[in-house]
Amino acid sequence: MLAVACAAMPLVSCQRAGILDPRGPIAEAERLLLVNATAIMLVVVVPVIFAALAFAWWYRASNSRAHRSPELAYEGRIEFVVWSIPTLITILLGGVIWIGSHQLDPQAPITPGARPLRVDVVALDWKWLFIYPDQGIAAVNELVIPAGKQVSFRLTSATVMNSFFVPQIGSQIYAMGGMTTHLNLLANEPGQFPGFSANYSGDGFSEMRFTVKAMPAVDFRNWVSHARDTGAALDAAGYNELAKPSKAVAPVTYRSVAPKLFERIVDHTLSCPAGAPFGAAGCAPSPQAGG
Amino acid sequence: MLGKLSWEAIPFNEPLPMISMGVVLAVILVVLAVVTFKGWWSYLWREWLTSVDHKRIGVMYVILGLVMLLRGFSDAIMMRTQQAIAVGAAQGYLPPEHYDQVFTAHGTIMIFFVAMPFVIGLMNFAVPLQIGARDVAFPVLNSISFWLTAAGALLINLSLVIGNFARTGWMGYPPLSELAFSPGVGVDYYLWSLQIAGIGTLLTGVNFVTTILKLRAPGMRLLRMPVFCWTSLAANLLIVAAFPILTATFVMLLLDRYVGMHFFTNNAGGNQMMYVNLFWAWGHPEVYILILPLFGVFSEVIATFSGKSLFSYRSMVWATMGICVLSFMVWLHHFFTMGAGADVNAFFGIMSTIIAVPTGVKVFNWLFTMFRGQIVFSTPMLFSIGFIVTFVIGGLTGVLLAVPPVDFVLHNSVFLVAHFHNVIIGGVVFGSIAGYNYWFPKAFGFTLDERLGKASFWCWLIGFYLAFTPLYILGMLGMTRRLQHIPDPNWQPLLLVAEAGAVVIFCGILCQLAQLYVSIRTRERRRDPSGDPWNGRTLEWSTSSPPPAYNFAALPRVEAIDAFWQLKEKAGGRPAPAEYQSVEMPRNSPIGFITSFFMVVTGFALVWHIWWMVICSLIAVVTMILVHGWSENRHYEIPASEIAQIETARPDPGGRAWQRS
Repeated sequence: MLAVACAAMPLVSCQRAGILDPRGPIAEAERLLLVNATAIMLVVVVPVIFAALAFAWWYRASNSRAHRSPELAYEGRIEFVVWSIPTLITILLGGVIWIGSHQLDPQAPITPGARPLRVDVVALDWKWLFIYPDQGIAAVNELVIPAGKQVSFRLTSATVMNSFFVPQIGSQIYAMGGMTTHLNLLANEPGQFPGFSANYSGDGFSEMRFTVKAMPAVDFRNWVSHARDTGAALDAAGYNELAKPSKAVAPVTYRSVAPKLFERIVDHTLSCPAGAPFGAAGCAPSPQAGG
Repeated sequence: MLGKLSWEAIPFNEPLPMISMGVVLAVILVVLAVVTFKGWWSYLWREWLTSVDHKRIGVMYVILGLVMLLRGFSDAIMMRTQQAIAVGAAQGYLPPEHYDQVFTAHGTIMIFFVAMPFVIGLMNFAVPLQIGARDVAFPVLNSISFWLTAAGALLINLSLVIGNFARTGWMGYPPLSELAFSPGVGVDYYLWSLQIAGIGTLLTGVNFVTTILKLRAPGMRLLRMPVFCWTSLAANLLIVAAFPILTATFVMLLLDRYVGMHFFTNNAGGNQMMYVNLFWAWGHPEVYILILPLFGVFSEVIATFSGKSLFSYRSMVWATMGICVLSFMVWLHHFFTMGAGADVNAFFGIMSTIIAVPTGVKVFNWLFTMFRGQIVFSTPMLFSIGFIVTFVIGGLTGVLLAVPPVDFVLHNSVFLVAHFHNVIIGGVVFGSIAGYNYWFPKAFGFTLDERLGKASFWCWLIGFYLAFTPLYILGMLGMTRRLQHIPDPNWQPLLLVAEAGAVVIFCGILCQLAQLYVSIRTRERRRDPSGDPWNGRTLEWSTSSPPPAYNFAALPRVEAIDAFWQLKEKAGGRPAPAEYQSVEMPRNSPIGFITSFFMVVTGFALVWHIWWMVICSLIAVVTMILVHGWSENRHYEIPASEIAQIETARPDPGGRAWQRS
């Protein structure tokens, strides 16, 4: 498959992108797994395709040189091989899956011990809100992160199900209303990477995109202090305005964020009917709240 | 009076739906006019619409599938065109509110009203003949099943004309499909048409499990059944086990939408993850409901056209039943990205990979069936070889997606879209067309044109690779599915190639239609008097083509796996019974047609909240069922003399014409 993809690269202007052009350890490991698993299977798949075509051709009715055994309907040794080959491949792949799933668990820390950058992600109709709880700022449709540092995401949705995905840095994960999912990612070096929702969420879905800007630590600190000096404050009223459905929203930053905004959004989505204004009274938490 | 229904429901100001609606209505009117003008109504009503004959019901299922294929395919080409032109600054010709309906309708129609009718149609036609039965266990129920499926298809297509269709994707995930986010009638059309068709499918499952277990000819032990019957048994067991899950899940979503419950809402204790789990607890078995019977078709076709028994029959049976059981243990691989822990993801990843073992065994057995055979490249055989080559690629990409960390970067991408089209087109569609070409002469007594059949094969094969190889690549470049607008202009060349592929597939469909037309026109020269045009191995080839209503004058005695082959080897053909006996057959019944008509009315009234109409039509449905329940005289007897007359009039009474080659 990779070979096919590479052969087709001239068609896409030789531009490397997506999961074949990883820019972080998670995406690199996932590409390696993709290549390895493909290679393991090609060992069987290529001979099978070849055999299907070769048998069909050689044993065509008009071939007088072919040896035929119309009674051949069972042969123990062939049966043994036939069950063994896929079983062996499956055992091998099973090991790869078990190890890979644990190593690349979205919740697993990438750089244990080091303090990650925390980012809270909220999917809205149809844009992404990124809250930096430690910095007290927020951004819409633009995710600025320091390169080389693990980013710990908490994700939720204030609306329907979405999936947060930046192909060049790695794993996607669903953002769901009233629930929190966790994801750790890391960008190796500075750069700009496209991100988007990978789960259809309605009319504005196609434009529910954002850019990840990975930058050196110094630049990131500058960006944070610049963000603190510009833009509006994201309080309850500001959030209500933002949460209204809108499409193709231009990136914007907020100088400050209401305390515990992420947790309150999760609670609000869990307790209040869709579309109820944030912070409104008379919307009691449901018994399952916080579950 | 009319609930939510008003003139605004008809999109007079939108040219696209109005034009397509006009074309569809014109075609329907022409067909009705021709039928009326030629005076065919009485014949149609007596011989087809009220028929409980499994062969005719099978044919009607396949016709339904073919018609719906045209609808589903026009959705496909609309999507491909939109994605090919709506790149960068261009917005294309379909705004999101249309485009989102188109991809939802494409998925729903292709799965429920193309693939399912095709598969169930082939089972209906072939299974009773292969097991040497005179009909299915419950013939009237079978007619009800078919008409309920047709009712669902009609209701879903009504949404094109009156109102609109769901904009949720064919899985209808909440909360998007909840009232708060989809307030229109679209989701209701989706839910009610699938509920109605789903009842039909469940009844089919019950009917065929019973038929296969109880109605086999004397001597046909389970391990002597043709493999197509085994795969059909597995598929129908899956239907019986899985379809109630879908029905119950949709009932919960309907309760949310109609009476304000909170099964799957964000708030008030709803759990959207439960819907996703339940949907795929049905959805993954559904994949095997579709593909398993076609594995059976390929087994029959490859054995027949290689002139050999299927290699390692018992392995095939075990592999089939293994897949049947395993298919219930893998559903979570449709949402590895929902945040489950590593242990859970790894478990379901490994279980999914294990399914590759029985599937791989099947592929190897097909190869060894061809090995040292005498292969005739008929149209069904070409589709089967095309299937093996294509399907192993789809299997490879499927196992890739079963590796959770790989799925984390490919989930919901067009790579996934390419994967499931790879197995559905390469497996289900190729298998359906192979089965259609294979059994057509049995159903109608003349063969289909081979030249056009082969042309359609090459178009389908080349078209498939042209249409979906680009999607595999685009998926790896980071293109997600269901995009109404393409952000990256670099993707356009590949999208144009995919569009060209869709056009080539369309040529394949046209070749099939031409094949049908030409074959009917030239049917006199393509008559097959023997009833056994392919030198077949199983019992359906022992009867005449088309088979008489009672299928077999005397029930065959089965002594081996390839029952008819063995008969030909031993007795040189089909032995004519010494004397004929009268046969009791089920009488035709209008109950399926009428009940389903009222189910369409019920569904329509439910969609539009016209409660008095719901009540009236439901009363009609219940009355019909009660009337049928207390009716007598449901069978009629074909006297022995008439059977003797039919049988001796067969052009090739001894069934020895196969020896001509």
